[in-house]
Amino acid sequence: MTSTISGRTQKITCTINGEAVTMDVDIRESLLDVLRNRLYLTGTKKGCGVGECGACTVLIDGEAYDSCLFLAVWADGKHIRTIEGEAKEGQLSEVQEAFVESGAVQCGYCIPGFVLSVTALKEQNCHCDRESLKKELSGHMCRCTGYQNIIKAAEKVLTEDK
Amino acid sequence: MEIVGRSITRVDAVAKVKGTAKYVDDHFVPGMLHAKAFRSTIANGWVKSIDVSKAKVLPGVVAVITYEDVPTHTFPTAGHPYSKDPSHQDVADRNLLTRRVRYVGDEIAAVIAVDELTAEKARQLINVEYEEYAPVLTAEAALQPGIPEIHAGTGNVLGRGGYEVGDMAEAVAESDHTFVDEFSTQVVAHCAMENYSAYAYMEENGRIVVVSSTQIPHICRRIVGQALGIPWGRVRVIKPYIGGGFGGKQDTVVEPLVAFLTTKVHGRPVKMELSREESFISSRVRHPFQFRIETGVTKDGTLSFRNLEAISLNGGYASHGQSIANNCGTKFRQQYRQKAIKYSCKTLYTNMPAAGAMRGYGVPQAMFVMESHLDDIARALDMDPVEIRLKNIPETGHKDPLNGIVALSNGLKECLVKGKELIRWDEKKAAQANQTGTKRRGLGVACFNYASGTHPVGLEVAGARIVMNEDGSVQLQVGATEIGQGSDTVFSQMVAETIGIPLSMVHILSEQDTDISPVDLGSYASRQTYITGMAVRKAAEEIKAKVLEYAWGMTDIPAQVMDIVDGWIVYKHNGEKITPLIEIALDAHTDVVHAKPFTADVTNNARVNALAFGCTFVEVEVDILTGKVEILEIYNIHDSGTIVNPTLAEGQVHGGVSMGLGYALYEQMLFDPKTGKPLIHNLLDYKLMTALDTPEIGAHFVNTFEPTGPYGAKALGEPPAITPAPAIRNAILDATGVKFNDLPMTPQRLIAKFQAEGLI
Repeated sequence: MTSTISGRTQKITCTINGEAVTMDVDIRESLLDVLRNRLYLTGTKKGCGVGECGACTVLIDGEAYDSCLFLAVWADGKHIRTIEGEAKEGQLSEVQEAFVESGAVQCGYCIPGFVLSVTALKEQNCHCDRESLKKELSGHMCRCTGYQNIIKAAEKVLTEDK
Repeated sequence: MEIVGRSITRVDAVAKVKGTAKYVDDHFVPGMLHAKAFRSTIANGWVKSIDVSKAKVLPGVVAVITYEDVPTHTFPTAGHPYSKDPSHQDVADRNLLTRRVRYVGDEIAAVIAVDELTAEKARQLINVEYEEYAPVLTAEAALQPGIPEIHAGTGNVLGRGGYEVGDMAEAVAESDHTFVDEFSTQVVAHCAMENYSAYAYMEENGRIVVVSSTQIPHICRRIVGQALGIPWGRVRVIKPYIGGGFGGKQDTVVEPLVAFLTTKVHGRPVKMELSREESFISSRVRHPFQFRIETGVTKDGTLSFRNLEAISLNGGYASHGQSIANNCGTKFRQQYRQKAIKYSCKTLYTNMPAAGAMRGYGVPQAMFVMESHLDDIARALDMDPVEIRLKNIPETGHKDPLNGIVALSNGLKECLVKGKELIRWDEKKAAQANQTGTKRRGLGVACFNYASGTHPVGLEVAGARIVMNEDGSVQLQVGATEIGQGSDTVFSQMVAETIGIPLSMVHILSEQDTDISPVDLGSYASRQTYITGMAVRKAAEEIKAKVLEYAWGMTDIPAQVMDIVDGWIVYKHNGEKITPLIEIALDAHTDVVHAKPFTADVTNNARVNALAFGCTFVEVEVDILTGKVEILEIYNIHDSGTIVNPTLAEGQVHGGVSMGLGYALYEQMLFDPKTGKPLIHNLLDYKLMTALDTPEIGAHFVNTFEPTGPYGAKALGEPPAITPAPAIRNAILDATGVKFNDLPMTPQRLIAKFQAEGLI
């Protein structure tokens, strides 16, 4: 651990979308607030702030987490991925592409979180059937889509991957 | 048609999957201050005294504003067009901050601080002493004589309405049977994933800029002007991407206050972002209704009269108020033919969150009572539920006797036929007869009608502006708001189709700014494709005409024989290419003598309306022992005229049906009957449907063409949410023989009634 506590702030070092970041964070701050308010990575959305809706999902060492429940100090030494890092050199990721093609997007507020959770499932070689896929994604809330085309998008990448 | 009618990828999909689409809270203004409201902890009473001294001295606090500091005049909040006729204006019953508190969560004071945490801490340092009254949470309590009125001089009655059409006495005399019953619906919340949020600052010239998650930027500007008592033109409203609205943001929830707060800190930017909990209790909800319905039929199931009495509970402030109950009555009338029909309604103040617009605007309530009741009648007459509907639905061309709307297109019959076929109605009905096990299956159906705007009740203006660039591509500006439903994409399709250019040559500005965008009333009443779409089409036709006229000058070929196809000027009669559009557009920008770039700025003031129709068919399995209802199959079949973009349209149906399923089975806000405190105000306790709860939803459309709509289109946004609840209710009745007249139909309610009726 490289962190040192000084008063109410703590120095952390982590990678965010592949780039090394060292910064002082308030020990009370969530990773969500640091990403949004200090690094302006606003693709990570706040829907509830208390881990109910999944809109703020990011990948931490490859696992999907609600960043609103993850203290920024815990990010020390971790590899963080946010939605901003998913498109590479102007190309959408396969998951993003599937969401666009499947008509999975409406207001778009929940979409970054869903994209990252599906990305994690894909990278973990998830072999989910539809019901278990729905269970995997049930921590993400969406009021627009009835989830149907989101599940369709997820199935598209998870099936084509096999 | 080449582009209208195709499932074009939505124009904002890439920005949204990349996380680059900017919503209100994604904008950072240097020096932004944060505001938090100090909210009432009681449902009904007065603030006897308030002490903000501790909050004021907390380091980082910039200002504490209370009810003592705000203008004394009241203002309305509903997202309706302004009317010069005082009798048609929204009820103005709000102050920016209030001493008289009317629900738990009412805004008494506001703290402005350098950051959110400081604002939150300061809010907790405010102390108040209340004089408390008993909370008014029911119609009975609201109408009790002698109690303190929630709004002085109202008797707690916000509005009354109704109508009577036809010869009721004759219709009653002709009826062979009369059925009477009572129904009720619950309070539900919109739950847009983006909470209510806005920030405001002042420009050096003293104008106030409000950036808000609003469905109604132009109306919001007027209301902010009214609330602050300043000329409306001194307000500018900007609407960036918005994370869902569903009617909740067809209202002004945080904008007037945040606009006022910036004036108290010399124009410094102030943001007020509601938490999820605040969004639940201090924004808007759907009106709970109580109904008494009476229906007369002849032996063969022909409706002779219908009579509906409705009480709508509005909460502590008027918001959309009586309009919701009125719309409930209109759609009640329009659904079927009958000799005579009567509706009477009243809307009451209570000490609950203000109820406002929510997807369906009183019609999910209307269809729950009437479509449930109709199934009870069919059952009593031993008639098939589909047959009784087919027998009574209005013909195409039917003219409503009160509002004069003519159903020029009406595919309801086709919807019913299609739904019956999709769910294999007859086959399953036969198979499901005489079930006796603990898991029983049943089929249900329910119909709806909806309008494509508010005419003739409300004004319907919509603006579109098109500017053609040197390369023949265009900028499209609309005042209508994309809130997730896909209107930006649909408008772009219409422009490409009308002018004759590829979709890639249409650039729509998604952000509305009342200083820049054409005037439009906004996203509500499922109006934008129909009303704004016509403005867009007119503007595109004007551009096309100007291009061809200019081309005539350049080529000496008469405009009348030319067309634009895929970015080329062609001969109309054989499609032969004459010149690329870019040549004309470039010339119109550069010719030293004739240059006159092509622009069009159109307002469509629509004095037409079109009825959209449809129905839900559902098969359920009811577990008698647990009270759980499983949806085995569900189909929504819509007559929305021409479907401009099938994938987007299906998405509207999926989301609407999902919302309707939640309304039917899970969702409700509950309040402590003694204190009026909300018991459910977060996404854990409030049972919003997840992916796991949502069945496969079949979205289908029948082909009709609405003559008054752009490319034959009519409403679709709200309709899908209307009929899942009555269809499920009817399917549960079919499965178990038990009638459920109150929403939501939770396992607790099912078990209680199964026990009462001796099923278990």
